Amino acid sequence: MLTYTEVNSVEGEAGDFKVSLTKKPRYVIEDRCTGCTICVEYCPAKYPDQYNQEISMNKAVHIYFAQAIPLITYIDESCLYLKEKKCRICEGVCKNNAIDLNQTVERKDIQVGAIILASGIEPFDPKTKKEYRYGEFANVVTSMDYERLLCSTGPYQGDILRASDMKHPHKIAWIQCIGSRRVTSGDNSYCSAVCCTYTQKQVIVTKDHDAEADCTIFHNDIRSYGKDFERFFERTDKLPGVRFIRSYTSIVKEDPITKNITIRYSTTEDGVKEEEFDMVVLSVGLTPPADAASIADKYGIKLNSHNFCETNPVNPMITNRPGVFVSGGFQGPVDIPESVFSASGASSQIGELLNYRRGNLARERIYPPERDVSGEKPRIGIFICHCGANIGRIVNVPETVEYCKTLPNVVHAQEQLFSCATNSAKEISDMTREKGLNRVIVAACSPRTLEPLFRDTVREAGINQYYLEMANIREHNSWVHSKEKDDATQKAKDIIRKSLARACLLEPLQEFDLPVNKAALVVGGGVAGMNCALSIARQGHEVHLLEMDSELGGIARRIHYTLDGLDVQEYLRDLIRNVYQNHLIYVYHNAEITDASGYVGNFVTRVKSEKGTSEIKHGAAVIAIGADLYTPSEYLYGQDDRVITHLDLEDRVNKGDENIVNAQSLVMIQCVGCRNEDRNYCSRICCSQSVKNALKLKDVNPDMDIYILFRDMRTYGFNEDYYRDASNRDIKFIRFEPQEPPEVEPGESDEGRPVLKVTVTDFVLGNKLLLDADIVSLATAVIPSEATKNVASQFKVTLSPDGFFKEAHVKLRPVEFGTDGVYLCGMAHYPKFLRETINQAYGAAGRVLTLLSRDVVVASGSVCEVDENKCVSCGACITACTYGAIDFYETPKGRKARVNSVLCKGDGLCNTKCATNAIQLKHFTDEELLSEIDAAFTEFEDLLPLKRCC
Amino acid sequence: MEFVLRAFSNGMDGVFLGGCRLNECNYITHGNYHALSMVLLFKKIMERIGLNPERIKIEFMSGAEANIFVETVNGFVRKVKELGPLGQAEGISEAQLKFKLEAISRLVPYIRLVERERLRMPLGSEDSYHKFFSSDEFERLFNETIGDKLAISQIISLLREKPLPTAEMAKSLGLTPSEVSKHLNTSSRQGLVRYDESQKCFALA
Repeated sequence: MLTYTEVNSVEGEAGDFKVSLTKKPRYVIEDRCTGCTICVEYCPAKYPDQYNQEISMNKAVHIYFAQAIPLITYIDESCLYLKEKKCRICEGVCKNNAIDLNQTVERKDIQVGAIILASGIEPFDPKTKKEYRYGEFANVVTSMDYERLLCSTGPYQGDILRASDMKHPHKIAWIQCIGSRRVTSGDNSYCSAVCCTYTQKQVIVTKDHDAEADCTIFHNDIRSYGKDFERFFERTDKLPGVRFIRSYTSIVKEDPITKNITIRYSTTEDGVKEEEFDMVVLSVGLTPPADAASIADKYGIKLNSHNFCETNPVNPMITNRPGVFVSGGFQGPVDIPESVFSASGASSQIGELLNYRRGNLARERIYPPERDVSGEKPRIGIFICHCGANIGRIVNVPETVEYCKTLPNVVHAQEQLFSCATNSAKEISDMTREKGLNRVIVAACSPRTLEPLFRDTVREAGINQYYLEMANIREHNSWVHSKEKDDATQKAKDIIRKSLARACLLEPLQEFDLPVNKAALVVGGGVAGMNCALSIARQGHEVHLLEMDSELGGIARRIHYTLDGLDVQEYLRDLIRNVYQNHLIYVYHNAEITDASGYVGNFVTRVKSEKGTSEIKHGAAVIAIGADLYTPSEYLYGQDDRVITHLDLEDRVNKGDENIVNAQSLVMIQCVGCRNEDRNYCSRICCSQSVKNALKLKDVNPDMDIYILFRDMRTYGFNEDYYRDASNRDIKFIRFEPQEPPEVEPGESDEGRPVLKVTVTDFVLGNKLLLDADIVSLATAVIPSEATKNVASQFKVTLSPDGFFKEAHVKLRPVEFGTDGVYLCGMAHYPKFLRETINQAYGAAGRVLTLLSRDVVVASGSVCEVDENKCVSCGACITACTYGAIDFYETPKGRKARVNSVLCKGDGLCNTKCATNAIQLKHFTDEELLSEIDAAFTEFEDLLPLKRCC
Repeated sequence: MEFVLRAFSNGMDGVFLGGCRLNECNYITHGNYHALSMVLLFKKIMERIGLNPERIKIEFMSGAEANIFVETVNGFVRKVKELGPLGQAEGISEAQLKFKLEAISRLVPYIRLVERERLRMPLGSEDSYHKFFSSDEFERLFNETIGDKLAISQIISLLREKPLPTAEMAKSLGLTPSEVSKHLNTSSRQGLVRYDESQKCFALA
């Protein structure tokens, strides 16, 4: 990894690039610095901390931020020595001689096969526009500033303070769309896509800080188009003291004494008014990287009109230069999940490009042999992490270390700044070897994040990895008791004491390798499934592609064009041809899954299809079954054939249906069947879909009156431009509120033409409008596919409250399931546009390849085990285990239950059902857990297990 | 149940169980439903031995619902503080409390069997669990199975200390003398207890 490095130039071609780099001097020798930050303490040069938005000060030598990788210091240009050749204090205080003030710029060339541009975005700078008053009024901050203020590692350690008087603001206003959705010079015309939701997050966190806070959000449309965003918005809206006000605003003045800010806005009830706030947060949008032009130049790629990377609508991860890919924010304003799609997707495409030389540079990791410690009495080492300030600021770590040293069996206890840093991990290994430790306790954060790292650490030290125990003194302690320092220190001791009790009882466990079947199964032959299948197949793996219909294509067969002008049917024909022509893809039409069993790397799925019944063996499965369209019962749909859905409309526009293209007046109604009690989510694509159809109709019949009745126009990202275009072309947008939905009934126009009469309350004009429509088009909800429940139960994966498939983590693992070896893409995950689907399809392929390119996967050692002497073969465990991991076996002692360790997920339900305690979950045995419960309440000397150990 | 008992035996005044939302278990075994039924059953047992069933609470929430967690835990802590110390608040002496909890601990394997054979519910809604566990049907099943055993187990625990006359046992168990006699008859038939003529007391056989 090369940090603090810039690219000068790129030569060559896909598969063989020569990249010339400049490594800037950090004046710190990376291998020697331990990140102890003593130098930071002594450095006399203070300057505004860039990471904290220059609100607080930092030193010339510093670590950029608490989670920086590598977690070591660097010296920047504010250094007194670099400026004036004086000081050099840091050199003197560094115990590792890691400071080197004579470092110079280093140039080097590297050879690479492909390049990914993940240069991200820049927040919009409101200083460029005087009207935002940023920099002029002390208490006007950007959302980035505010984000840092909220953060416990922020400028005031999580206290929200006003710059003018260092007091807590009580009344705070957010102004949305700063720098976005504006055609004025200096602003951006597109929607930044993330600000509505991040503002809601900031409001919720603000209310956590101060339940009495008065929060006001001045907004245009609320664009909660993402998965679960609608619920999030509702949750924010329902908080006491939170007001969402739909209004344009201007920042009028600052009170010369209180420094409060006055905002002028208007509401339909009260007209224009002014209100004073303690603090104003500008919800700034996203802009392309500041040096986008130079990036384009260096890499030889093209930019779009907004200065983001120009992308291909059917493969948004490629640039115009082969071998150079783009992911994340440089594609355009996106949220985290979409960034992860394209990151993983770009890696999959590079896999396709470089597959022929995969693995050539890999080296096998070799661990030292495992020491047998079974005969030894416990020798325990405890490492207590400060986690920078996360723990250390609340818990008295040195005191806790001293306490640990008094506990029995503890032969070593120490503190660490960041136990997870490379040097700290090495220290744990070294100390384990040096002191002959046979159990290690790391008192730090949740095992969910770092247990794998620390297991690896103890493995490096030559002891079994299950001899690691983690005591969570961050999430369970310092983060929740930040105001009760003494109690938190006591609690840290209690938690560690519990861990110690358990550690004494830990047993070494062996993990085992499972072979990986190299084939993949892709369920669903739509755009998502086909793209995913192709990407996997192009990397040399067989793919079984199941389509429940008699032909490939999915819902894309009903889409003819996109907003950016793509001919979808032509694209689809190409895609289908590529699938059929790929000799590694086996397509099953009319396919139905009758049974799916197995586990990561080794699935067996039975399929009924036109080929008869097949049994498919595969290592990975991708679920890409798409979504369905809600059939409306509202607005006379099904009763009057002039009421149609937006997909019907598109189809009929495309066919040139006379009734449609010659209509005098057409009304579109948005949010039909969603954003309501039954379906509390936004279908994401319908606003753009309606704008698309409206523009198309205007092309064919410029005289047609088109009305779009909407709640919030959610044309996020670059689609905003089309929305503006539509308004400019006299397409009328009328907003309605859910409590007063439009009404549709048959009637006659003034001229006596039979029409549909559409009544809607216009909230801007404050009166009822009566529209005559020849056609009413309903933007009906995207709903989970009918097959969802069956597929979910076959593959043992879960669904979200809205009935779409639930990914392993909304932000961080959006193409994976909690169930290993099963992946997700396309509309089965959530409604999304074609380009988002394609990003995600490649993303899923990337994750599949991570699995399939390995020869083995490792199964956990923490599985259940039956003590046959205690088993009375009652079968209680077998009925409890819905994974089918337990069976009866005949043994010399009679019929006994036995666990298939590969199928066992280690959930331990069987343990609670066994009347004789014959079945135990290894690593979480009753004895281990009871010892923790006892240790929580007892002085350690009295502990039962300990007496046994000693 | 063993873990919960261990916490109470260690002097805890309340036990809170948190789980993922029902139907959203990470595992297809849906252990949270099983936990719910365990807690409802345990409440019944607590009631039977004279402990306040509100000392145990289960609540389901997702990892993202920190607010619910905080509210629930704070509410529960307040509740338990109101209830006061375990045993003492219910007018049960420390020694009695100890033997009552021991009596249940010994029954855990049996309770597991009964739960499986007689009290297991199909996975359904949270409401259906609450409905079942407050039904007459459950009351009858509980009495037939666990209730009787619980009484006998407590009698044995009492007698382990010293032989006692029926009336005194009835007093400390909160049962009527006739109920105690019934259990004593059953137990003496099974050879667990005997009547000590000389002391006019029952004692362990």
